[in-house]
Amino acid sequence: MLAFIIRRVLQSVVVLLIVGLVAFSLFRFVGDPIDNLLGQERTIEDIERLRGELGLDQPFPVQYFNFLQGISQGNFGVSYRQGRPVADILVERLPATLELAAISALFAMILGVTLGVYTAIRRDGWLSNAIMTASLIGVSLPTFLIGILLIYVFAVELGWLPSFGRGETVQIGWWSTGLLTASGLKAIILPAITLGLYQMTLIMRLVRSEMLEVLRSDYVKFARARGLPQRSVYFRHALKNTLVPVITITGLQLGSIIAFAIITETVFQWPGVGLLFINSIQFVDIPVMASYLMLISVMFVVINLIVDLLYFAIDPRLSASRGGGH
Amino acid sequence: MASLARALDSDLAYKFRRSPVAMVAAFIVAVLIGGAVFAPFITTQNPFDPAQLNLMNGFTEPLTPNQFTGESFILGTDDQGRDVYATILYGMRISLFVGFSAVIFAMVLGVTLGLVSGYVGGRTDTVIMRIADIQLTFPAILVALLIFGIAKGITPPDRRDEVAIWVLILAIGLSEWVQFARVVRGATLVEKGKEYVQAARLIGRSSVAIMVRHILPNTLGPVLVIATISLALAIIAEATLSFLGVGAPPTQPSLGTLIRIGQEFLFSGEWWILFFPAIALLALALSVNLLGDWLRDALNPKLR
Amino acid sequence: MTDDSLLSVRDLVVQFPTRHGVLTALDGISFDIMRGEVLGVVGESGAGKSMTGSAIIGLIEPPGRIAGGEIWLGDRRIDNLSMEAMRDIRGKRIAMVFQDPLTSLNPLFTIADQLVETIQTHLRVSAREARERAIGLLDDVGIPAAARRIDDYPHQFSGGMRQRVVIALALAGEPELVIADEPTTALDVSVQAQIIDVLKRLCAERGTSVMLITHDMGVIAETADRVAVLYAGRLAEIGPVRDVIKHALHPYTHGLMGSIPTLAQEEDRLIQIPGAMPRLTDIPPGCPFNPRCPRVFDRCHVERPDPMPHGTRRVACWLYDEPQGEAAP
Repeated sequence: MLAFIIRRVLQSVVVLLIVGLVAFSLFRFVGDPIDNLLGQERTIEDIERLRGELGLDQPFPVQYFNFLQGISQGNFGVSYRQGRPVADILVERLPATLELAAISALFAMILGVTLGVYTAIRRDGWLSNAIMTASLIGVSLPTFLIGILLIYVFAVELGWLPSFGRGETVQIGWWSTGLLTASGLKAIILPAITLGLYQMTLIMRLVRSEMLEVLRSDYVKFARARGLPQRSVYFRHALKNTLVPVITITGLQLGSIIAFAIITETVFQWPGVGLLFINSIQFVDIPVMASYLMLISVMFVVINLIVDLLYFAIDPRLSASRGGGH
Repeated sequence: MASLARALDSDLAYKFRRSPVAMVAAFIVAVLIGGAVFAPFITTQNPFDPAQLNLMNGFTEPLTPNQFTGESFILGTDDQGRDVYATILYGMRISLFVGFSAVIFAMVLGVTLGLVSGYVGGRTDTVIMRIADIQLTFPAILVALLIFGIAKGITPPDRRDEVAIWVLILAIGLSEWVQFARVVRGATLVEKGKEYVQAARLIGRSSVAIMVRHILPNTLGPVLVIATISLALAIIAEATLSFLGVGAPPTQPSLGTLIRIGQEFLFSGEWWILFFPAIALLALALSVNLLGDWLRDALNPKLR
Repeated sequence: MTDDSLLSVRDLVVQFPTRHGVLTALDGISFDIMRGEVLGVVGESGAGKSMTGSAIIGLIEPPGRIAGGEIWLGDRRIDNLSMEAMRDIRGKRIAMVFQDPLTSLNPLFTIADQLVETIQTHLRVSAREARERAIGLLDDVGIPAAARRIDDYPHQFSGGMRQRVVIALALAGEPELVIADEPTTALDVSVQAQIIDVLKRLCAERGTSVMLITHDMGVIAETADRVAVLYAGRLAEIGPVRDVIKHALHPYTHGLMGSIPTLAQEEDRLIQIPGAMPRLTDIPPGCPFNPRCPRVFDRCHVERPDPMPHGTRRVACWLYDEPQGEAAP
């Protein structure tokens, strides 16, 4: 088990190094940083001095190493557009995105697992069929259209919920939260549904098909033949086995939620890192783009690791020996 | 090649006639593609030629005569007096062009890399598949956004609108090659071990000839399925990027751009400027998706 | 039929609606199981052996259903019970052991979890007492160091050991009848005999009846008191094992007997019955065995024989109907 975890950690490090290389190449080769920092009025001396300061006259591997070192110390460079350190901007924006992603993930998981189990148990019921058909359409709907639809119904027509922004926020240390005020809570509902809906459908369909598979298995049949109560058969014996494969996919989906937040944040003008990233692309603000990329990658890698560990926690066959079972 | 043609002739055609969903989806796709291709002949104006527009016609409701000019438009007009029906057809041209081009690009790239990866094996295989794995870790939309951002950074600012469409194709294409490569690689590994390939090798056929003549035809079925599903994904990706304002420019608006523009009028009550392009996008994406699903089931009953 | 009858199956019909019409998987099967008796059920795969077991315990996979007949457990009719009422019978009065011990146990729960839950479902005992009982059961089925191994997961046991655990689970609710569906088929030959021994011994000690489903006539010969032979969803012959083995009446049974391998016999003796059992979709009119029967005559093609009494047995064959049937095979 330990060997497996070490191997996964090493793999993650390799992924991060490669992403770091991409991010660094962005810095170095896309949109000359000298141009961006000095503007039109500059002298040869200015350029040379800045090249030296930025370390641009050093060999490529050295520059890359310096870049990585800087990042590991929280030095993400300076935004071309805002003229402020990217790290400051990220810290300011990150809570909004993380809160949105967390609420969406919660929504997607709770509803996805519930509906998935329901549609598996009542396989031929009309409500199950209705849910399954709706989910098929849901998968084909682009996220931004869902957002617009929700805005139209709940903000424009009914006027129940705000159509943009985070509402009032409360500052706790460096973390700004919208989850402690009524307007903040109202503001997060539509974006969270928009962001979570797609993942919810995926989780639901996955749970359903896994559950159907498990319900056909011998051990569920044997559990029934022993006269165990329906509740125990479904929610103890079947559900736990269903969750083993579901956890992997769901975990990876959580990573995508953070990335898909880009779209939702644009629709709802949600002041998170996704909106920041879109703006940085529009204005070719390379340091922000590169930093966002690194940030997202770290999150992905960490989530993947957690998923692997969860896997060990839930499936006893894995912790005994890697060879057995799966 | 012969096997595919035969399949298309008999089995597939038969299954197609038996599936109402596939037939309806195919019909919708055909109508939308036809409308986009023949847009100049079935609309009364080119909505992006300022000379043909009349500002007085702005904000005309669908099927209601304009209060100043008395002109009537089946789907209404936008703020500039553009016929929404015409903007949809012209927008669909861009959407479809980008979608098809991106898929073809992804297919050529993915199939080639998959063939090489599977056939050559060894270190080449490892490198290609590692890249694929890493890319798969991230959602396609993020990869496309990133590539778009890089390409935009490289092009000089005054030429950015001009090349936007091509950058879009590049970005979406690069974000979707992995599926093709994986499937083709898998099929290649299977075919490579078969006797006829060994025989072709023994009689001294070149590697390229074996790959193209013998292995490639066997991968066409799954490649076709992935291409169809990728087309739906590419259309949605294009619409999403354009909606985010990093895709097709307002001078060459796709369906996504139209929806972005239409969203501004949602609060002032001009719902049709947003509504009809959204419906068109939905119909297109859903139909292509359903066709892809059907094709997957029809070509590979085992997957069901 | 007699006062000693524990389970009585009468004219049982099980059907599956399919796209191509209704399939009749079991067609008018009747038999009894006495208290403390071991009834062997034999037949080729698809003959309806497992289906009979599933029907008795009320676990036929939908869309299959019992379309006719009755099943009585003692003086209670159980084929028409609600899911709720049937659950009280499963595990408590009738238990089942499945073929594959590798897949019968839930891989994510310890043996203790599964045993204690089953015991507490059926018996009013404390968790502590349930655990004591569970260890006792594991001891009984021959698991060494039961007290220590009870907290292991299924994957930590060998196939034979797992089947012992499965038997312990089946006996946990102290049932009156155990239906063992090919309990040794998936196991190594070397442990098959041990498992049968355990099952036989424990049931004899507890006075539990056993319905032993198998395609292995050898196992039946050593274990069962009576044997029922199924063919294409119908009962071909039923009677005391000794009689059936010594002198099979039904030509099909006769063929099956020939397929008991003994050390003295040659390989080719195993192939006794030419042809294969018909699929449920195309069972011939008359006697379903008629295309393969070496002693077929005109009547077999026209009329379907129902099991008729013949000495200690019942047999579904026109050879034993009226005068001409007296010519024994």
